[in-house]
Amino acid sequence: MRWTMVAIIVGATALGDVLQSFEMKRHAVSVKQLRPEHWARTLGGLARRWPLLLAVFLMAISFFAFMKLLSLADLSFAVPATAASVVLETLLARVLLGESVTALRWAGAFCVACGVVLLAM
Amino acid sequence: MTEGRAVAPELEPASLPVRRPDLKVKLLTIFVVLTNVFGNLAMSWGMKHQSAALGLSPLPYIRLIFSPWVMLGTALLIFWLLSRMTLLGWADLSYVLPVTSIGYVLNAILGKYIFGEAISWQRWLGTAAIVVGIALVGLTAANTTAEPEEAR
Repeated sequence: MRWTMVAIIVGATALGDVLQSFEMKRHAVSVKQLRPEHWARTLGGLARRWPLLLAVFLMAISFFAFMKLLSLADLSFAVPATAASVVLETLLARVLLGESVTALRWAGAFCVACGVVLLAM
Repeated sequence: MTEGRAVAPELEPASLPVRRPDLKVKLLTIFVVLTNVFGNLAMSWGMKHQSAALGLSPLPYIRLIFSPWVMLGTALLIFWLLSRMTLLGWADLSYVLPVTSIGYVLNAILGKYIFGEAISWQRWLGTAAIVVGIALVGLTAANTTAEPEEAR
């Protein structure tokens, strides 16, 4: 059951992050927009962008799955186990976002996968 | 998915410029890490001190959200989500992932010293491998795509 929750968290987080990165790169928030007097307008602007809404929906799925996971496992297991999303996100960043993924970057993703396997032991 | 977005011309990995993050990126990164770590901590504390049985029904989860510690954790994680979203507009996904990885270590340490969680050597080794892996990713160019127009 806890690995099912990890799978849901990883899948939803990776897709959500890719959508956020894609959309926020197109229209980033400026420092000026972070001032409290601009919060309402900034949040309103973000709420009208469908890729971000879909990303938030995916993050909500991840959030509730994480709540369930915390009731099943230790925090020191739950948080590192969900790091498997880095491997999937590296792949998606290359394929969907057109980022340059070098050998060093793949080696890093492999290390993360090894870490997740160690956590399962 | 790269449609509508300016992508940098194809470059050899060795010639990719390594753009150093400026102060606003560093400060926002610290904020992202702290809201995530303390949000997880508050959530974990709230979940460990609840008595409701969690099944497939959403109602117990909704009731849990209104308990103080889970509410604090939720508020911090909402700040984390919005600040991370902003950070993703200022830096590459492949930059944001490694630099925020310190949160994994902080969570493991806090789990051990605050909750008294038992952490076996395999878990420490696994956590270390994850951090090394993410640090390796961080050694590559910070930004491999064009900078957004509205970011600066």
